[in-house]
Amino acid sequence: MNVRTGAGVRSLARIVARDDGRGGTSLPVLESDGPLALRRTRATGSEARVMLVGAMSGPLGGDHFTVEGRVEEGARLSVGSAAATIALPGQAKGEARYDVRLDVADHGELHWLPEQLISAQGSDLYVTTRVELAPTARFVLREEQVLGRVGEEPGRLTSRLTVRVAGQAVLDQELACGPGAPGGWDGPAVLAGHRAVGQLVVVRPEFAAEPVAATVLGEGASVVPLAGPAALVTAVAPDALRLRRLLEEAFASLPRA
Amino acid sequence: MHLDHAHDTPTALSADAHRPDGTRRALRIGLGGPVGSGKTATVAALCRALRDELALAVVTNDIYTREDAEFLLREAVLPPERITAVETGACPHTAIRDDISANLEAVEDLEDAVGPLDLVLVESGGDNLTATFSKGLVDAQIFVIDVAGGDDIPRKGGPGVTTADLLVVNKTDLAPYVGSDLARMAADAKAQRAELPVVFQSLRSEAGVADVAAWVRAQLAAWTA
Amino acid sequence: MSRAALLVLADGRFPAGGHAHSGGAEAAVKAGRISGAASLGEFCRGRLHTAGLTAAGLSAAAALGIDPVALDRAADARTPSPALRVAARKLGRQLLRAARATWPSAELDALGREFPKGAHQPVVLGLAARAAGLGPVDAAYCAAYESVSGPTSATVRLLSLDPFDATRVLARLAPELDRVADRAVEAARKAVGEGVDALPAGSAPLLEIGAEVHAAWPVRLFAS
Repeated sequence: MNVRTGAGVRSLARIVARDDGRGGTSLPVLESDGPLALRRTRATGSEARVMLVGAMSGPLGGDHFTVEGRVEEGARLSVGSAAATIALPGQAKGEARYDVRLDVADHGELHWLPEQLISAQGSDLYVTTRVELAPTARFVLREEQVLGRVGEEPGRLTSRLTVRVAGQAVLDQELACGPGAPGGWDGPAVLAGHRAVGQLVVVRPEFAAEPVAATVLGEGASVVPLAGPAALVTAVAPDALRLRRLLEEAFASLPRA
Repeated sequence: MHLDHAHDTPTALSADAHRPDGTRRALRIGLGGPVGSGKTATVAALCRALRDELALAVVTNDIYTREDAEFLLREAVLPPERITAVETGACPHTAIRDDISANLEAVEDLEDAVGPLDLVLVESGGDNLTATFSKGLVDAQIFVIDVAGGDDIPRKGGPGVTTADLLVVNKTDLAPYVGSDLARMAADAKAQRAELPVVFQSLRSEAGVADVAAWVRAQLAAWTA
Repeated sequence: MSRAALLVLADGRFPAGGHAHSGGAEAAVKAGRISGAASLGEFCRGRLHTAGLTAAGLSAAAALGIDPVALDRAADARTPSPALRVAARKLGRQLLRAARATWPSAELDALGREFPKGAHQPVVLGLAARAAGLGPVDAAYCAAYESVSGPTSATVRLLSLDPFDATRVLARLAPELDRVADRAVEAARKAVGEGVDALPAGSAPLLEIGAEVHAAWPVRLFAS
């Protein structure tokens, strides 16, 4: 699956989580190649844990990475990453792509909590995250973008996030920033000089009857009920550390699962 | 090509006298006038005077969100579900004259929620002497000025003073203190308005809002006739 | 019908409630992010390429005849802030009233029956354009222009900004309005075959957060 072509590297990682029938979750599929590497880590209770290991740096220009995660009925999976992913300029021309496809069946639960994505100067990355959830699936996703390493201008980063519950989109958003992005991305309507931006999506069936109350945490973060059984935290901050604190504070403000 | 007859009888678009279900809608009376002239106090007094005999509700148009509505709620002149505030984006006269869509929606929502209603009072945000209500929004309008605002206001005229269906000169009890000449105000108003009625009132007197309430009853009688 | 109908629909005096909304400008002014013509220009540029593009795509798609119910759901998914969803439906309802009175049409009547409390404004705008005999390009231009004209006229009131400076802000955005309208129409045509997922979904974090901050104020001049 790791095919090196003139246009860059294509790489695919796949995870399937299955209820093992003994109160735990097994991982019948855990495949990865080249730059993407998956490691199973110690499970907690019924939840399997997987770490996405950055065997190489993140996608370079022309690279196309794909990660597919599927949680079958009743299984529980938590996926994190060992370190931040850095999008770098590559020798090959053109944008790099990073596609994440997640699918959670009824009574399944997925926590998708990677570390930050850092957009280094000169890089050009298009990230798509598409999530399909069954009506009773439970889901948490964190997405954090850091524009440039310390003291550095960002690269170009475009990220589209789509979350569907029972086939119905509850969230569909695209944020484009960096040089070459449509104008105004760093202006007062969009980021206003903030160098870290993040979202936390939380989907729970019980939110359909009892949506979270809309709240704000200062001027830099909001917690809102989406049009569906889901809540969204949106946050901007000067840096990655303060962004993480805001997201964690917002997550802690949600009703306990 | 029309699939139904909605256009032959415009359904609750603006001034139409009937609701989509064919019933007669409530009479809508607007109250306008300069800041501080006593519009909200007059609305509150009218609610107290009429609430036992009529099904009524109030729409306020505030400059800042909801402050007049909150005054009426605090005074408990009507149950809270009968008071709605329209936000006007710093242009209260626009919301009652040039773009009445939010006010029409507020009136309809009140009729849907607590109707059927006999009367809806639409209070404008305190504005200047030129603000008048669109005929698409109200059936009749009251313009409220006060003696403390200067006894030359009736002489100066302006659309509110000249054309309102009823001119109310409020706070007559203050006239001796602010040096306003009520006789002169009455003569000037007569000159500006010809046969249109003028009421001088003090909400602190025993009569209070009685004359205005009587005028409202007469309007309603004509509306339902 | 005539192309000039676009002037009627896009006129700031078209009585559809826009005057009471600031398009996020009131929150940005209070936070100090808009303080004059230059920062207003950058605000409008950012709004145009995010919320403006998204609205223009929805309007163009509605003008092309894509199912308004699907478009309204797509608009919900593209509007995470509940304060903005409420504002969009309020404005949609007001626009529908004005459009039905101006250009009576069975499609607008049907939309009113489907959404008695209002559909998202850009969806209504697209159908209003259709009722006025206009096409997807016109609808996209109208939505894109509204995304910047609303905050601009609000800022004139909020900051007592020189109206000539404000108008120049809008004029300078004209080439970008063209590009946004083009992108929106291209995506809308794609959505005819591929479904509403093909529509733009541009988002602006500070518009979303600012809308919730604004909705929590006890006292404000604008509804959104």
